[in-house]
Amino acid sequence: MSVLLEARGLWLPRGRHWTLNVPHLQVQEGEILTLLGPNGAGKSTLVAVLAGLLPPRRGELRFRGRVVDFRRNLDYRRRIAVVLQRPVLFRGTVWANVEMGLRFRGVPPAVRREKVQRWLQRLGLGELAQRPARRLSGGQAQRVALARALVLDPDLLFLDEPFQALDAPTRRDLLLELRDLLQAEGRTAVYVTHDLTEGLALAHRVAVMVEGRIRQIGPPEAILYRPVDLQVARLVGMENVLPCRVQAKERQLAFVEACGCRCTALAAEDVTPGAPAYLGLRPEALMLTLEEPQAGTSARNRFPARVRRIWPQGALMRVQVQTESGCTLWASVTYLAAQELGLDEGQRVWVVFKASAAWVFREGEGSRLSAVGSPQ
Amino acid sequence: METLWRGLVEALYLLLSLDPTVWRIALRTLAISGSATVLSALLGIPLGIWLVLGRVPARRFWLTLTHTGMALPPVVVGLMVALLLWRTGPLGFLEWIYTPTAMVIAQTILATPMVAGVMVSGLQALGQEARWQLLGLGASGFQAAWVLVQQARGALLAAVMAGFGTAVSEVGASLMVGGNLKGYTRVLTTAVVLETRRGNFARALALGFILLGLAFWVNAMLTVLQQREADPDS
Repeated sequence: MSVLLEARGLWLPRGRHWTLNVPHLQVQEGEILTLLGPNGAGKSTLVAVLAGLLPPRRGELRFRGRVVDFRRNLDYRRRIAVVLQRPVLFRGTVWANVEMGLRFRGVPPAVRREKVQRWLQRLGLGELAQRPARRLSGGQAQRVALARALVLDPDLLFLDEPFQALDAPTRRDLLLELRDLLQAEGRTAVYVTHDLTEGLALAHRVAVMVEGRIRQIGPPEAILYRPVDLQVARLVGMENVLPCRVQAKERQLAFVEACGCRCTALAAEDVTPGAPAYLGLRPEALMLTLEEPQAGTSARNRFPARVRRIWPQGALMRVQVQTESGCTLWASVTYLAAQELGLDEGQRVWVVFKASAAWVFREGEGSRLSAVGSPQ
Repeated sequence: METLWRGLVEALYLLLSLDPTVWRIALRTLAISGSATVLSALLGIPLGIWLVLGRVPARRFWLTLTHTGMALPPVVVGLMVALLLWRTGPLGFLEWIYTPTAMVIAQTILATPMVAGVMVSGLQALGQEARWQLLGLGASGFQAAWVLVQQARGALLAAVMAGFGTAVSEVGASLMVGGNLKGYTRVLTTAVVLETRRGNFARALALGFILLGLAFWVNAMLTVLQQREADPDS
């Protein structure tokens, strides 16, 4: 894979509380990169800068190795396409809206007609072609916005929370459709979202943004299971984060003491013995058993605990347990498993987890920031 | 009370009998303020577009200046234009002082910031998003501006009408640079001032009614336009 877009040293103060600060970011040819972060993290600002719409105070952008001028970048903007959070549709018919970008490029009418027709069909808008664009429902309008971008056959597609305003079923349908469209053509895209599920549905790589910075970038499994700091852990749904003390470290494995128990877990590189750190556990990584597991099984970590609360969530049960040392953990088990175990409040259980599903990380920059109170 | 009543009756009589002096003043007003409106539209609309969409250094300063311009005191403009066109002034050789041309100039200066200001708010109402969307679809700066102005065509018409409203209702500058010369530079507003000063309330009222009628017409058109803009089919 080759680098399609590369940003270096992007720096742009925004508002009073944060500054866009991205020392380095690459978008590989053919990948879908998700920018994940809470509202106000600077995702849209970063996209506007990457799309050449908003000049940063400092920094450089290269497309296929060539520097993109932030003032005169029409050539670059004609290789990309942008879909925004709100589908900004203009006066005129659906057809006229989808045709817009082709007209800007001076594409001859016959070619235009053929392309617009094809994309309207592909997005199921054929019937609506002659309808006034501003009379559409939210889902239809966003489809038009997608067609308007895809018809341009862009080398790089920027999608800034395109489905945020839609209801859940419409959003899911469109997301699936978009994934198929993007994958069928191996299209390169930067997809912005604050929704973890949505972000992971599409991404080859995820960049987690907080307060104008990219905190972590990597494949979905790294983001989900190996967050670099507390804020990222919280954002990606790693709900159990226990303070722990690192006793020893051997290559990737750390031996830690957390909540009165000795555990083995994967560890971040900067974790060192003796230093305070955190043990992170996803709720799905926790198994509950009634009897103490045999030593020597692959799941070497266990806590004796007591069930405090059971909270059904669809086909999943969220179970809150309290360890004997007083730590509270959330576990996710299937409805069926909970029934088989006969889980009940007050019951004694063993919480079991594999070393490969547990993650030890250091108190990062994010935790310090959140300690003084983040502006969000 | 009696003065008012008698004034009203006489005013209606003057209007309905198509009193030639009254109507000629009205037509002259339309000619002068109409010319000023056309000129201010030609200057103000591009100015407004440029202020919002152009690469403007110190944009906020120029926007503030435009908004200040919307509240320019007519007498100050009148004074400035008079000083320029005065026989001994820098442009005195043109011999425009106390001519309709001088009035057109003064009214244009007053109406241009109004036109530009209304245009600015119309374009700003479309938002940063619309512009980014167009640029993100590969529009050149000019193409984006063209589409945005089309989107804001309601604002465009509103701007022209606001300009006309300013030009036609202004009195201070017209009086100072036009001189209110009978049959030459006497327009509705200056005539109202004169007739009131003379105690010819009936005549003043009749002229006032025409002025009100014009204002009503302008606002009626604006309302119709705004309603048409609100229709998503348009």
